[in-house]
Amino acid sequence: MTLRKYLVLAGITIFSTAGDSLLARGMKELGNVNVSLHNLSSLLLAVAHPWVTAGILFLLAFFACYMSALSWADLTYVLPATSLAYVLVALVGHFRLHEVISATRWLGIALIAAGVGFVAAGPSVTPDHHRESTRDAARDAVSQEAKL
Amino acid sequence: MKDLYAWAAIGLIVLASTTGDVLLSYSMKRVGDVGELWKRRGILAVIGRVLTTPTFALGLMAMGVAFYSLLFGLSWGNLSLVVPASASLTFVANAFAARIFLHERVGRRRWVAALLVAGGVVLMAA
Repeated sequence: MTLRKYLVLAGITIFSTAGDSLLARGMKELGNVNVSLHNLSSLLLAVAHPWVTAGILFLLAFFACYMSALSWADLTYVLPATSLAYVLVALVGHFRLHEVISATRWLGIALIAAGVGFVAAGPSVTPDHHRESTRDAARDAVSQEAKL
Repeated sequence: MKDLYAWAAIGLIVLASTTGDVLLSYSMKRVGDVGELWKRRGILAVIGRVLTTPTFALGLMAMGVAFYSLLFGLSWGNLSLVVPASASLTFVANAFAARIFLHERVGRRRWVAALLVAGGVVLMAA
């Protein structure tokens, strides 16, 4: 695991949190507009709302980071390692929106943090029997394309 | 009866998002290390390779099914039931699916992590 890879994992956590918060804020500002498949024009308008647009851009950034992480790490590593997003949302709510966090929720935050620590301390990828590593897979792909 | 619908939706969400995660993970392992590819061939080559991987499109479709199941689930059940139940069950289902279909080595460390996170998600919604 290099610094760049840790940054990608941090990107997954931060971008998904930011995207969800922005989307939630935008949808609340739009009020009780009935956004559904039966009401396509309001769905299109919702996408044009600045908060919603920003939220979608952040979620696209999240997806790019998520796909990048899956290209070099196991699914069972990436999912727990990035679940800090749940904790981040709660902390943002607590410190910025002054929401009260109950004892049960603090316990939940502690469990998630412990889970993240557990998985992050272990190996990030299962050694592949067919290929030495995903790095070699990328190299193979490049040399194959060079031959064509 | 509404409860039954809500749990059916939760089951569908877990099934669809696990399928999606496994397919996307499988696709990206076939594409190979994205950072390495980007350095050698540029960003367009990376995007091209990802988009031409057939299982990637299937994974996206499964994610779409999961998203719409969530919308239906939310109309049948409470937010405080559907979201934490589906999120925590998805963590556990993914650990099984990754072991079976992706042949990932899910050792004790990862099982503990998946269960801790799943439990934490439930508590946070309580």
